Amino acid sequence: MPPPQFLELDDIHKRFAGVHALRGVDLSIREGEVHCLAGENGSGKSTLIKVIAGVHPPEEGRVRIGGSDLDPVTPLESIRRGVQVIYQDFSLFPNLSVAENLALNNEVEQGRRIVRWSRIRATAREALARIRRELPLHRPVGELPVADRQLVAIARALLHDARLVIMDEPTTALTQREVENLFTVIENLRAEGIAILFVSHKLREVLRISERLTILRNGSKVAEGPTTDFDERSITEAMTGRSVRDEKFHYTAGPGPRPPVLEVEGLGRPPAYRGVSFRVDPGEIVGITGLLGSGRTELALGLFGLLPAREGSVRLDGQPLRIRSVEEALAAGIAYVPEDRLTEGLFLEQSIHRNIIASILPELAGRFGFLDFARARREVEEWIRDFGIATPNAEVPAQSLSGGNQQRVLLARWLARTPRVLVLNGPTVGVDVGSKEAIHQRLRALAAEGMAVLLLSDDLPEVVSNCNRVLLLREGRLAAEFDESVTEETLNAHFAETAGTAGV
Amino acid sequence: MGRLLRQHEFYVAVILVGFSLLVGLVNPAFFSLWNLFALLKSSAVIGIFSLGLLLVLISGEIDISFPAIGVVALYLTNLFFSGIDYEGTVLLPFLMAAGIGVLLGSINAFVIARFQLPTLIVSLGTLSAFQGFILTFVDTRIINRLSDPMIDYSRSKALSFGGEGGPVYSIHTSVLVFLLLAVVTWILLRYTTLGRGVYALGGDRQATRRAGFRIWKIETFIYLYVGFLAGIAGLIHSAHVRSGNPFDLVGTELNVLAAVVLGGARIGGGRGTVLGTVLGVLLITVMNNSLILLGIPSYWQRFVTGMVLIVAVVLPQVRHLRSPQPA
Repeated sequence: MPPPQFLELDDIHKRFAGVHALRGVDLSIREGEVHCLAGENGSGKSTLIKVIAGVHPPEEGRVRIGGSDLDPVTPLESIRRGVQVIYQDFSLFPNLSVAENLALNNEVEQGRRIVRWSRIRATAREALARIRRELPLHRPVGELPVADRQLVAIARALLHDARLVIMDEPTTALTQREVENLFTVIENLRAEGIAILFVSHKLREVLRISERLTILRNGSKVAEGPTTDFDERSITEAMTGRSVRDEKFHYTAGPGPRPPVLEVEGLGRPPAYRGVSFRVDPGEIVGITGLLGSGRTELALGLFGLLPAREGSVRLDGQPLRIRSVEEALAAGIAYVPEDRLTEGLFLEQSIHRNIIASILPELAGRFGFLDFARARREVEEWIRDFGIATPNAEVPAQSLSGGNQQRVLLARWLARTPRVLVLNGPTVGVDVGSKEAIHQRLRALAAEGMAVLLLSDDLPEVVSNCNRVLLLREGRLAAEFDESVTEETLNAHFAETAGTAGV
Repeated sequence: MGRLLRQHEFYVAVILVGFSLLVGLVNPAFFSLWNLFALLKSSAVIGIFSLGLLLVLISGEIDISFPAIGVVALYLTNLFFSGIDYEGTVLLPFLMAAGIGVLLGSINAFVIARFQLPTLIVSLGTLSAFQGFILTFVDTRIINRLSDPMIDYSRSKALSFGGEGGPVYSIHTSVLVFLLLAVVTWILLRYTTLGRGVYALGGDRQATRRAGFRIWKIETFIYLYVGFLAGIAGLIHSAHVRSGNPFDLVGTELNVLAAVVLGGARIGGGRGTVLGTVLGVLLITVMNNSLILLGIPSYWQRFVTGMVLIVAVVLPQVRHLRSPQPA
């Protein structure tokens, strides 16, 4: 006999100021079930979570938790029934110790006024025991790696007798190995009868960890069932509502000999990387992949002048080039789209307009250095149209956009400079499937126009389907090169080998 | 030992001792008990102000209005008690000064918590408004004759020894008051949920709300407490200088800020301890009072304090920038 239903949502409707965010969504989760909620950004995932958490009462429909209607619909009542949400930012205190982070919410909730540190430590130990992990209790949480911070957030959630833990995009910032650890923790929780609702748009993870799956699109449930009934293609199609073109990128060399756009010879900045040599011809998309710590990001920063290389040489269109600063890289026509768009890329509080023109201010400046606002507006409108950035106008702040649209704004900014070489580092991390595809199409179009594209990514399907050559970095050196016949399996095999030699 | 070396307080203590030794080498008079006790006494006012500012810094804000709160408290209190030729216990003036402080603190608290404004901007306004209130609506003259209990307080000692033919050494009552308030603040920050809430607020505002704290309650408490301490500090200052001067104190906020930051409180919030602050206060006091002993003209003080403040904010930042950032 299957375990009883813990959560039952029945025909949920929710509107915000005229926007019909949820249109008759059903969702049910049994005790101890790992359920995945998938959907593109803006499909209603977050709203649905907030309905379960009691933050947003639905206009129509029933929310049953633990066998009876959620009444009243408040966050507190939802927590009492055993629902815990782990937000993407974890809601932790970076300046406080692991122990205090684990115990503080409990202390406040129980209305305690006096702090007894022995009790705090005991609570913390109990919390960590629940997830069978050990963490240094006295260390400030801000000094822990992201994965450990997440464990703190999960352990803290379990203190509240959680019976359903909702994780919002839990794997976005994790490395492959950390994701494995997280999955082990999830397995342990499931064995204890705790249900997990896993919100993600990373399809491979969805397929691996979850037993059941619900897919949202535009606020409606479009598919549901055991995960084994789905594959990547069917999930993607359900999420986007259109059949996905899964064509591989093919590079065709132009007629006659053309000089390579970028030639890198023995480039190095020990100990991060050394002796890296490769070339990129016009129209090529070259992938560079490697585990965390392979020197991938440092190499990209070297080409962009943020962490200038100390050895080797770079030639651009046959001309020797020294890249000692970002200014020099930009002047030479090298653009870089960073890994973490939130902290390194966008001016989050500034308008889309300003974000896009930020890289071309000198070009927009007329005589005497005054900006040509009319031209700037035309440029920005063009980019918004070309990229299909979903926004009411160019004046809204970048932070109000979804992740995918933010990434498009960032790309637009750098492409506005029409660079010769475009270096992208993890361009689709945290980006939904639809935006991801749009970005990939765009990269192919750019390559076709003769731009040299360097795609750094650990998303193997992305690398395999979009690059005509793939370079594998290992411990700072080029370990292997593959042509366009490369498959995920080949790359995975090489990664496994890397892990072996690194003694992990 | 390794843990000790990671404590900011340890380094402040080392610098304090090192600097004292330097001054003592140049001028042995520095290490006379008389001088050390005088230093302790003159650290009390900055010290009590610092305890309040410490809470504000931990919560992630900066307040500069406390000297003005001190001025209003000391002026109104002395004006009243001198006016009625008060003869009773000194506790009453202290109660009144603290009360005025709490009242003015509540104005800060209301504006900051109700309208969710940055404290620095609000306190820039209230600093000027509080002092201006006295000058405009009360008086601009210096009160030269304090009430008898205040004079008695200014001569009072917490502890004295020596005598019998030799010189008498004594520690002023203000030192005891400072110590007492430091202990109270320490207990508050370390052993109450409210105190941990102050740290939480400086760590992550959103997370503090989600943890179930009422942010306006924490903020209101902070600024009431700052007012309370500022009122007491103001009155003690007037006793030390034996006059009620409405132009005093404003300008000392730089010293106080330097002391708290030297003591390891982080601009930006989340970090800071009472022990560190007390050490920072002692260091600033020794520096300010010893320049003269070293033969450096006293007008260098402002320059030195400014430089010390800059170094004190730069050093932790250098360490922060050098430490490997977690991914």
